[in-house]
Parts: sequence; C-alpha cells; structure tokens
Amino acid sequence: MRQSKFRVIDIIKYVSLLIGVFVVLFPPYVVIVNAFKSTEEFNGSSSMAMPQSFFNFDNFMIVFKRGHLLSGFSNILIIIVVALALNILFGTMVAYVLGRFSFKLKPVIFGAYLVATIIPSITTQVATFGIIKSMGLYNTLGAPIILYIGADVIQIILYLQFIRNIPVDLDESAMVEGASLFKIYRSIIFPLLTPATATLVILKTISIYNDMYIPYLYMPKQSLGVVTTVLMRFQGVNTADWNLICAAILVILLPTVILYFFLQRYIFEGVTSGAVK
Amino acid sequence: MFGTMSYNKQKTIIIVSFLTIPLLLLGLFTYYPAIKLVYYSFTNWDGYSPEKPWVGLANYREVFSNPDIFKVFQHNFAYFVMGVVQNIIAIYFAVILSNRLRGRNFFRILLFLPYIMNGVAVAFMFGYVFDTTNGSLNLLLGTLGLSGLADTSWLGTEGLVNYSLASTGLWRFMGYNMVIYIASLQAIPRDIFEAAKIDGAGSMQTLWRITLPNMKPVIQLNLFLTVTGALEVFDLPFVLTKGGPAGASQTYVQRVVETAFAFNNYGLASAMSIILLFFVVFVLLIQQLVLSRGGNK
Repeated sequence: MRQSKFRVIDIIKYVSLLIGVFVVLFPPYVVIVNAFKSTEEFNGSSSMAMPQSFFNFDNFMIVFKRGHLLSGFSNILIIIVVALALNILFGTMVAYVLGRFSFKLKPVIFGAYLVATIIPSITTQVATFGIIKSMGLYNTLGAPIILYIGADVIQIILYLQFIRNIPVDLDESAMVEGASLFKIYRSIIFPLLTPATATLVILKTISIYNDMYIPYLYMPKQSLGVVTTVLMRFQGVNTADWNLICAAILVILLPTVILYFFLQRYIFEGVTSGAVK
Repeated sequence: MFGTMSYNKQKTIIIVSFLTIPLLLLGLFTYYPAIKLVYYSFTNWDGYSPEKPWVGLANYREVFSNPDIFKVFQHNFAYFVMGVVQNIIAIYFAVILSNRLRGRNFFRILLFLPYIMNGVAVAFMFGYVFDTTNGSLNLLLGTLGLSGLADTSWLGTEGLVNYSLASTGLWRFMGYNMVIYIASLQAIPRDIFEAAKIDGAGSMQTLWRITLPNMKPVIQLNLFLTVTGALEVFDLPFVLTKGGPAGASQTYVQRVVETAFAFNNYGLASAMSIILLFFVVFVLLIQQLVLSRGGNK
C-alpha cells in the first residue's frame, strides 16, 4: 500500500480519467437534454442548456408515430430471436464436434473459420447480394436471419474453451450407461455450455441490434425497417428538427444502454474471452 | 436405433450431420462470394444482365491507373492515425485502471459505454455535436474561451472532415481496446511485478521493461485490427456526410459500394474488393514478419 498522501501522479490519473468520462458523456448529455425540448424551446435555448421539463414526451410520441419505430423494434426482435436460436444451435454443434472428436479435416475446418474473418465482409456483399436474391430472400426478414446464423470464429473459440473444461469423464460415464453421442451433446454438453451461451446472447444481441449494413442493403422495403434503418429514414425527412432526431437517437440507444448497465460484467467477460487468445 | 450403433459409426454420423449446415453456411456466405468476387473482377458485369463479358485484367488496370480511385485511400489515412492514438489512450487507461484506484469499476464501465451504442445513432449524435452553428462542440469551445475555434465547420472542411469522423470512431472504440488491454494486463503473472519491485525498478522502468513487452501480442492484434479497420471504414462517413463535402470524406469501401450499387459496375467494384483483400493480407503478413523477427511472444 502507498501512503495515503495524494501525489502528483495520482492527480494526473484522476484528472485524465475525469476528462475521459467527460468526453464519453458529453454527446449523450447533449442528446438527452434536447430530446425533451419543444421546437420553440429548442430554437430559443442553448444546445447545452437543460430542458424546462424532463416530462415533455411529445417528441417521443412524434418519433414513434412518424418514424414507425414500433415496427422497427418488432422486426429487429424477430430477427434477433430467430437468428440467435439457430446461431447457438449451430455454434454449439460445431464446437462439440471440434472439441470432442479428432478427425483428419478438423484443422482445415477450424482454419476455414479463422481465414473467414480476414475477408472484408462488406466487399463480398456484392456477390452475397446475388445469392440472397436467387434464394428469394431479398426484402424479407429471412435475409438478415440467414446472414446472422452462421457461427463465427470467436464464438467457436469461446465454446471450445468451455468444452475443454467439461471433463471427458462425464461423456465416458454416459457412454458406459449406453447414451448415444447425440444424447451426450443434448443432455451434457449443450446444458453445460449455458454460461458461454448467455454471454454470447448478450454480445450477439447488441451486435445485431447495432448492425446497419445488412438490413439497409437487403430489406429496403418500408415495412421491414429495423431500428437503425428506421432512424436513417426518419433523419432523412427531418434534417432540420434536431430535437426530434435527438429523441429518436435516445429511444434507439436506450435498450442497449440499459442492457449494458445490468449485464456489464458478462459483456466485459465475453469481450475479453473472445479477443484475448 | 441410434443408441445401438457402435460409437465409431455414431461419431461419423455426428461429425457429418453436425457440420453440414454450418459449413454450408460458411461456404455459401463467405467463401462462395469470395470466389465469385474473383470471377466478377475479370468481367464488366453490370449486376443484372445475364451475360458477364470477360475483360481480363482491365478492371485491375483501371483501378491502378485511375488516380481518382487510389486517392480515396488518403481519406482512410485519418482513421489509421486516430486508430493509433486510440490505442495509446487505451493502453494508458488500461494501465491506470489495472492498479488500485478509487472508483476503478465506475471508470471502466463509463469508458466502455460508447462501444455498445448503436453506430447509426452515434453517427447522428455526432452530426449534432459537430454541427457548425447549432452544434454543441463549437458552443463548448466558445464557452471554454477558445472562440477562435468556435465556428469551425468540422464536417464541412476538406482537410478536417476525415479527422472529425475518425475521432468519432475513437470515441466509440477506445473503451473496447481498453478492456482488451486490461484483460491482457491481468494475464501477466503478479510475481514478475513483485520481483521487479524487489530489484528496485521504478514505475516507469516497470512499464517499459515488463508491462508493455508482456502486452505485445495483444497490442499487435489491436494494431492489426486498427489498420484493417481503417482500410474498411464504411458506416460513419456513409451515414454522417454521405462522402461529402465534394467527396472529401468518401472511404474506399464506400467507393466500392457506390461503384457496385449506384453505378452498376460490379466488375470494377469486385476488382477493388480483391485489391482491398490483398491489402489486408499484406498487413497481416508484414505483421507476422515483424512479430517473428522480434522473438517469440
């Protein structure tokens, strides 16, 4: 332990941290205060000033109605639920096979997942677009779902780490009792992977919710907007009404921010166990 | 009936059936498009007509001989610069926040916060912050007495716009890097630090001789992600400036997307994508080379 005396270096540390926090919080602060201002109030006040009341929800009403936010939320919810369910199923299956069996092609398959990450996905969309169209999925919720369900290498690494910690004895004693390999996957491996799955659900939910590119490209239809594309359209027609846009921004930021504050421990864990390896 | 099979047979069935769909997806949405991309890059396909006329290397020649296309990479440079700054700040905060400190978790949670925010919402948020007349950044600068800077047009000035956009990226991803650096710091065995302390190393010496060298693999990983990230920037300028003013903030990928979807020139866009892919692989190779040169770990 250091002496309790405050040293210069400590002051530098705290000042820099406070500057960091200020920089992080300044843009959201501006959005929050302006989201509650009426147009007259907005035009008449400084953009950093507090609103007269934090109970003026008019802007939010307008945004929800004019911006079709409800359908944006329900579309993204469907996408997240369906895509995640399948993604977890496939992810655990791949991890089970790669983690429990040895066979000739194993390193090739793992390598294929690894190499896939260096291909810039945005550029291959040129060709992916054609595939989605020929599958008849263009302008349907199926397009983002099928693009999100594939397992990625980080997910597989995360699952593999967990599988390594599940004792092989468990599998073997199940085999002694005559359980099939499928049963071992279903009643031992899959349930024991739940902690990793929980982390993945949080991280994937955030990343799907935040993705703008796939919905923008594959679902231009008005009724199929998700929150991000709905926000883009809304901004497009209301360029000057910053108070309305602020309200829209706030509504869209809120779900993930709330999720974050409740689950930050798991989010940190997921980010670090996925990246440091 | 499955249960009565020999385990060897079961193993084969499980391997094949469990991998079929996932590998099909991987092939269909990653490798097949990549191969298609190579093929398209030798044609001047417009994206919809049934025939795809073979033009050989013409697209590649076009990319390399048209200075207009390569000039776009200069815009990506700003993201690289800010990415490096972002990593330095992230390492600094990671080092501070790994030590005993009051409110350590509070600072970690807040500094990481921007990472989970929706990219489009963040872009609009900064659109408002950067706004020349209504914007809060200029207002803040004015309040701080920096009135000389207070009517800067952050997104409307050619030399500035990319740095403004890239600083938004810094704002958003610094915390992410920081958390990864914190994790790598925690993986360093404590006794190394104690041994250094006993040997009388100062905190600066400890940082240079022990902390940073031990973080090297993660720093390299993050730098690789920074470089490729800088090469592949798309959403920020796309949402915020649409590439303006006068194309000054158009990034390479944005140009690719525009070439393909707005100008229906799939062939040229494909060639541009392949060239980008080569750049990424090139960066990876250089890094591997430097990495193996600098000894293991």
